Amino acid sequence: MSYVIEMLGIRKEFPGIVANDDITLQVEEGEIHAILGENGAGKSTLMSILFGLYHADKGVIKVRGKEVHIKSPNDAYELGIGMVHQHFQLVHNFTVAENIILGKEGSFVYNIKEASRKIKEISERYGLSIEPEMVIEDITVGMQQRVEILKMLYRDADILIFDEPTAVLTPQEIDELMQIMRNLAAEGKSIILITHKLDEIKAVASKCTIIRRGKLIGEVDVATASAADMAAAMVGRPVSFKVDKKPSVPGDAVLELKDLSVMNSKKVLGLKHFSLAVRSGEIIGIAGVDGNGQSELVEAITGLRKAESGSIFFKGKDITNLSIAERNEMGLGHIPEDRQKRGLILSAPLTTNMVIKEFYKKPFSAKGILDYQEIAGYSEEIVEKFDVRSGEGIDSFAGKLSGGNQQKAIIGREITADPDLLIAVQPTRGLDVGAIEFIHQQLVAERDKGKAVLLVSFELDEIFNLSDKIAVISGGELIDIVETSETDEHEVGLMMAGIRKGESV
Amino acid sequence: MGFWDVITSIVPSAIAYTMPLLMGALGGLYSERSGVTNLCIEGLMLFGVFSSAATIVKLQAIPGFSFTLAIVIGIVVAMAASMLLSVLHAIAAINLRANQVISGTAINMLSTAVTLFLAQTITGSGNITIVRGVLRQDIPVLSRIPVIGQLLFHNTYWTTWLCLLLWGVSWFLLYKTSFGLRLRACGEHPSAVASAGVNVHRMRYIGVLASGLLSGLGGACILVTYAGEYNAGSGINGLGFLAIAALIFGQWKPLGILGSTFFFGLCMTIANMGKVFPVFQNIPAGYLGMFPYVATLIALVFSSRRSAAPLASGEPF
Amino acid sequence: MKKGKTVIQKPLEARKASPLLVSLSAVFLGIVAGCFFILCIGKNPFAGFEKILFGALSNTRRIGNTIGMSTQLILIGLSVAFAFKTGLFNIGASGQMLIGGITGSLLAFYIPMSVPRPLYLLIIIIAAMIAGAFWGFISGFLKAKFNVHEVVSTIMLNWIAYWIVYDFIPRFIIDPTISVKSKPIETAHTLRAEWLSKLTGSFSINYGIFLAIIMCFVIWFILQKTTLGFSLKAVGSNKFCAEYAGIKVNRSIMISMAIAGALASLAGLTYYCGYSNIMEMGKMPNEGFDGIAVALLGNCSPVGVFFAALFFGILKMGKGSLAATGIPTEIADTIIATIIYFTATNVILANFWNGKFHRSFERKEAAVAAAMEKHGDKTPPENLSKEKYREYIKEGNAILKEKKGVK
Repeated sequence: MSYVIEMLGIRKEFPGIVANDDITLQVEEGEIHAILGENGAGKSTLMSILFGLYHADKGVIKVRGKEVHIKSPNDAYELGIGMVHQHFQLVHNFTVAENIILGKEGSFVYNIKEASRKIKEISERYGLSIEPEMVIEDITVGMQQRVEILKMLYRDADILIFDEPTAVLTPQEIDELMQIMRNLAAEGKSIILITHKLDEIKAVASKCTIIRRGKLIGEVDVATASAADMAAAMVGRPVSFKVDKKPSVPGDAVLELKDLSVMNSKKVLGLKHFSLAVRSGEIIGIAGVDGNGQSELVEAITGLRKAESGSIFFKGKDITNLSIAERNEMGLGHIPEDRQKRGLILSAPLTTNMVIKEFYKKPFSAKGILDYQEIAGYSEEIVEKFDVRSGEGIDSFAGKLSGGNQQKAIIGREITADPDLLIAVQPTRGLDVGAIEFIHQQLVAERDKGKAVLLVSFELDEIFNLSDKIAVISGGELIDIVETSETDEHEVGLMMAGIRKGESV
Repeated sequence: MGFWDVITSIVPSAIAYTMPLLMGALGGLYSERSGVTNLCIEGLMLFGVFSSAATIVKLQAIPGFSFTLAIVIGIVVAMAASMLLSVLHAIAAINLRANQVISGTAINMLSTAVTLFLAQTITGSGNITIVRGVLRQDIPVLSRIPVIGQLLFHNTYWTTWLCLLLWGVSWFLLYKTSFGLRLRACGEHPSAVASAGVNVHRMRYIGVLASGLLSGLGGACILVTYAGEYNAGSGINGLGFLAIAALIFGQWKPLGILGSTFFFGLCMTIANMGKVFPVFQNIPAGYLGMFPYVATLIALVFSSRRSAAPLASGEPF
Repeated sequence: MKKGKTVIQKPLEARKASPLLVSLSAVFLGIVAGCFFILCIGKNPFAGFEKILFGALSNTRRIGNTIGMSTQLILIGLSVAFAFKTGLFNIGASGQMLIGGITGSLLAFYIPMSVPRPLYLLIIIIAAMIAGAFWGFISGFLKAKFNVHEVVSTIMLNWIAYWIVYDFIPRFIIDPTISVKSKPIETAHTLRAEWLSKLTGSFSINYGIFLAIIMCFVIWFILQKTTLGFSLKAVGSNKFCAEYAGIKVNRSIMISMAIAGALASLAGLTYYCGYSNIMEMGKMPNEGFDGIAVALLGNCSPVGVFFAALFFGILKMGKGSLAATGIPTEIADTIIATIIYFTATNVILANFWNGKFHRSFERKEAAVAAAMEKHGDKTPPENLSKEKYREYIKEGNAILKEKKGVK
């Protein structure tokens, strides 16, 4: 058996953490080899080492049986290794062709026409349907991903690394991607697929290497291993991804959106005539691919963005023109999508972060003067109740906390403020299974307390596990609202692509 | 003085005032396009004024030394000296991930202080005045074209043509070559460039050093065309910041900055030569003096809202 | 830790370089650079620094002058530091100073001498602060509403203020004998105090120093104790989070620039209506830029600003005495600029010290481990008492030395 890639005994340390500890990976020619692990298990680090972005502290890399030293992505490309990163490495205002040739322009004064011709040729050969003259910011996410694939093929790579490639795709786009991967493998390309999703592995991979907390757990044959076993190996204990919850007991509408339209940052309508009601005691999940109007929706409700037309009613009152602070005071809680950008001040201690929305109110201040003792007591309460772990307790800087603890702190802050409506956007992104379970329980508990919960997530599993009803958004429009119990992933997937029920594909 | 006379005396001066600004803005363009915010154009240009002045004065004092050669050497020295100074900014911004605004300000102050310090030791006073700058010349044939010839090719400095040539070369470099593609990508999405196997730090060094080089040239142009002296007291009156404003006003594009620097050049001309023209004679000197700065502020109000600034400018990589 | 709470043991780790240490290192490097430049022109750096200290501090008159110089530096430093804390870079202090100066000078000539002095002083102080606040507010407004970068707008406003002064002096307060300067202000209409001048023999020292000290306290109080300070700092640290939390970001930017402008304007008042009592046409005060150095060196804290301003005051006052040595006085400005460069690149200094601390910490750890092994002590090192820990370090060091000797 000949291995096209062998990574033997790889170790990589970052300050304070061992990201990879004695990991071995062996990939055969022409196979699709999955690397399974939780967020933060060290998968991406391992691949970054293979691609020359990091350098291993210890260990040997062999490509086609020969030991190599990969010092930069250039070296990797020389060896025929290409990578599709989780966050696309595309320049938004360049054309497809410019992005593809970047770094491999051929000559100092480059010939874009010649390059475009070659790109079109490869695109047709693998069925990627890409227009080289299009500008990146004007094409869909699925197309952007195919540009990334073309980038590798343009450089004649035959070992292709895919880092969490499906995170941003609709179920149908995922199917297409899987087909492209199979085509590539059939053409003799070897593929390494990094993921934490078992169904994808089951769908395309033949072998699977499992990593947990930087350590190698083992390699399994996908055809013979059960999904439950692989999941248990990934997490370290048996897990069920189902959330226990009773049927919902919905009450009155807490949030009502009527014909709401919102501009996006490019000054075109990002949300179009959107109407929706969220009642107390229920979780409504917004299903959709990233960038289909979710941010505009959430920002309009929370007041971060102005509504173009239509109105927003909260607890029966029109809040369309109220300020953010006024909405917060009325009982609107918001777990923001980007916890490091919006959710926390990383350079401030937890105390500041825990009262960031309420510092001007009693008992945290009186007549404009802060009461630090009250603030500390309140923060202490949240930290304890939500099990936020940090080096120096409430005086720790938010930036020093792990992602899971940062998210727990935000959720603790929002829930402790006792809101009537809780908007949770991607609440578990990038977290490990333990933290995900905790956060899911908290959201369900809020629902059971009679709060209204609006969940926005790009992970269909999460939407299906938590929501009582699913509202599907596509292209800024509400496609349909369905009871979770009466639908399935396929149907929702079609709607996410903008196809309404009953329409033919 | 008729309207036509006013135009024919304003435009050539405006062109002369434009060139240093254009070089400063073009330098800023290189730097910002590569992803490094550069607020030390002022300091770099001042360093250019000083180093060319010091060089030219020394050379012109040698009996029999060609004045023109002295000027050429002065300009080259200015470019090299400012580039050297810009290395400080590059180290701070690229290697040490320093706050680029502060680093730029530090270099502005360093430039003011060091040039004054050296000028004191060289001449004993704060000022260095050169014997003669570049002479104005008519371009053969072209200057005889009616209207345009009178405006553009009559009484021109050769440095103007050098600056315009560099502007054209820069446009070509930025938009037609692999170097330009990589440089621009560094300012938008550096990790994409890194993952394509290009050394981002090297590209950014080139961007910052180019800004030093061009600002140095801009400074030298100030000296050899209209100023004729390095003046410690007033420095270059915020011209470097006008260049940055022109960069913003020109939306970080070569053609845009050509237009915006000419606009500011025109404003400078009106401010500095206003008294000559009867139309402006009744306006107090103070108002004429503040005119370019007020115009800049207004221009910024209109151009900053929808900013086309490189996305990663100012972000360490 | 509070009672009844689980005690989280701080894990033992190496000391981190404090801002003070970093600032002092920057000062040290600035002085080294100064020495280098002095050596370059073939003079004796030690004689130079001796002259600077002599010129700034050798008698009460000189000390008085130095305090007078430091007064404005404190206020400008505060202005820059305050804006900085709220995420803005105010390099328009020069223009704001001119605005404060011209406001004070005009009032000095147009308010009749019959107005009681305390009331008069109150009027000019408040007027200067309002004028400066307005001048700073313009930049804040342009930033908040039109996204104009405050660095560029404050520079433009500097030059606009420069030309306003250029226009106002001949129009209202020109001294006909020296046609580029204003008439000197009557002493009773300046901030100068007779008792201070008598005490020190200096005319430069004035009531401004008390204003500066009061302002240090006020700014400290605003930043540390008030909800206003809380929201301004939140905007400065992460404006996206502040916006999300309901803090009005645009309003904060405008308030912050207005306060910064008022402080710098006050500096201008103490300078033009106290330190010197005339204004000059066509002169941009350099102190606006020195204020940036003061703020950065003082780590943007009011106390730090106070001491940094005294230090720069000494440099700027003392440089006047350099003439005798043949060293250009601009060496002081060179040193100041170098210090800012090193505070801007403080990473390199912090890394240097952190590395040093880390190595010494590792040595200590090794020593403690060796000593504990000898004693068979199994307690985790973070649970040791301080005394015991020190004892172990001593003992361990001895053990390790011995081992090395054997090798």
